[in-house]
Amino acid sequence: MAQSNNRRAARFFSLFPAMLFLILLSALPLFNLLALSFAEVTWAEGAAHWNWVGFDNYKALASDALFKAGILNTTVLVITATSVQVFLGLVLALACSRLGGRSRAYRTLFLLPILIPGIIIGAIWRLMYNYQFGVVNQILHLVGLGPVDWLGSSSLALMSVIIVDIWHWTPFSFLLLLAAVEALPKDVSEAAQIDGASKWQEFRRVSLPLLWPAIFTTFVFRAIIAFKVFDEVYLLTGGGPGTATEVISFTIYQRFFVQDNPGYGSAMSVTVIFIIATVIGVAMTRQRSRSQ
Amino acid sequence: MSSRTKQVLSIDRVLLGFLFLAAVLTIGPFLWIALASFKTQIALLMGSVKFSPVAMNYDEVLFGNTSLFARNFVNSIIVASISTMAAMTTGFLAGYSLLRLRWPAWVVNLFLLWAVVFNLVPPVTLAGAWYELFRAVGLSNDTVALILAHTTLNLPMSLWLLSSFLREIPRELEEAAFIDGAGFVKTLWRVVVPIMMPGLVSTGILVFIFSWNEFPVALALTNNTSATVPVGIAKFAQENEIKYTQMAAASVLSAIPALLALLFGQRFIVKGLTAGAVK
Repeated sequence: MAQSNNRRAARFFSLFPAMLFLILLSALPLFNLLALSFAEVTWAEGAAHWNWVGFDNYKALASDALFKAGILNTTVLVITATSVQVFLGLVLALACSRLGGRSRAYRTLFLLPILIPGIIIGAIWRLMYNYQFGVVNQILHLVGLGPVDWLGSSSLALMSVIIVDIWHWTPFSFLLLLAAVEALPKDVSEAAQIDGASKWQEFRRVSLPLLWPAIFTTFVFRAIIAFKVFDEVYLLTGGGPGTATEVISFTIYQRFFVQDNPGYGSAMSVTVIFIIATVIGVAMTRQRSRSQ
Repeated sequence: MSSRTKQVLSIDRVLLGFLFLAAVLTIGPFLWIALASFKTQIALLMGSVKFSPVAMNYDEVLFGNTSLFARNFVNSIIVASISTMAAMTTGFLAGYSLLRLRWPAWVVNLFLLWAVVFNLVPPVTLAGAWYELFRAVGLSNDTVALILAHTTLNLPMSLWLLSSFLREIPRELEEAAFIDGAGFVKTLWRVVVPIMMPGLVSTGILVFIFSWNEFPVALALTNNTSATVPVGIAKFAQENEIKYTQMAAASVLSAIPALLALLFGQRFIVKGLTAGAVK
């Protein structure tokens, strides 16, 4: 009896700390965020007053040009950057897998960008993109081109940010896809080769279909992280010029903290969470019904 | 036969060339910023290729009167270490509890759902929520607030990874220890923890690095005295006259944990990153 009481106590106390974090620091603040999105916060005598405004914050979202620009730019960035990363990651993974032990140094090196703070990546590229002394323009100068205003031109700025994102996160796609490539059954591709299939046929008909689930997973994983992009944009362009690189995390940050409008910022946050949940939900159901 | 061998060899050569190019593009920016950190502002602005290296940027960033970077560095070490320990302990206990101690299915699913949803939500949205919460309880700009926030932020990943490593341990080992009369804590500490060491190291390195790198939440929850390294670096870019070379030196310094992790724990990092995604 004492034994079973002990086990019950152990069961409770082992989960208790995680429950505290779940309830107090996740559920409660998110619930608060939801409530806040229906209010306007005003300050009087050092205390916050919530005035309930119903759906006003959400209605205002519909005509917010910055919010629209944020959603649009983020979508462009997520789709372009993620596609390129998955493609490059797959090619690198196939190359490393084929070369085996000879590629060990490369495998280590490619981890580096994943581990470096995003803000540093922003700092590095801000210096490299510099109109006056950046290495990118220096190299262009050597071949008789440029200089190009990578971050200051509204037609180029988003592309420049996307290039940084590709540089930053291709290694992550590579790592996930390498694990999948190395797990491919060897005998199947050997059988295909014995049957006279060319390298390309073998890849197209045998390896690629086997890799498809991993490619999909990598795409979803990368898209989720890409959607949160903030650090690099903060340092590279601050959303500018104009709204050229305004991304959704940045818009939320601006509304919430810089303009000190928590009610409106919350409505934006709730909407974004809702959009992400819907997109992921649809993608997952599609994939599931396809694989069945 | 020999033409086939030749063809295979040339494919390998192309692949090696491709990898080499990718490696140059990966390492190039790091080398360039490292070089810039040893230049004077003038040498950088002139775009000089040849220059005599100086250490003044590091000197200024670390020991300058107006520089807060040393303080940021200490803050980052405190926040990352404590939140890593907290996220690991909490995640380990919870993972063990959920896997082995027969909780009803809805409790397990609740935590699973939490881990998934938490990964979808942009940290900026949480930053707003936490900002309001910590202001209400009087922890504005306090390091404790950031430690709690980072623990919460990394807990789902810690729980997720540690559970996947726990699942690989045969249950019989713990049951044998229980039968021998070892208590719950003793079993975990003497039996489970040692077997799980590689998994614990993987998770620990990743959680530490993620906390060290985290920017939006730290930006929202700290002020000048409690700011962490990423927040400090972002400040460089906002001054009227950007001290580019000092920004470069600070960037190099803040990459130290990542470089150390890569040198000593590369195997563990791969294990952690892929276990998190594949399982």
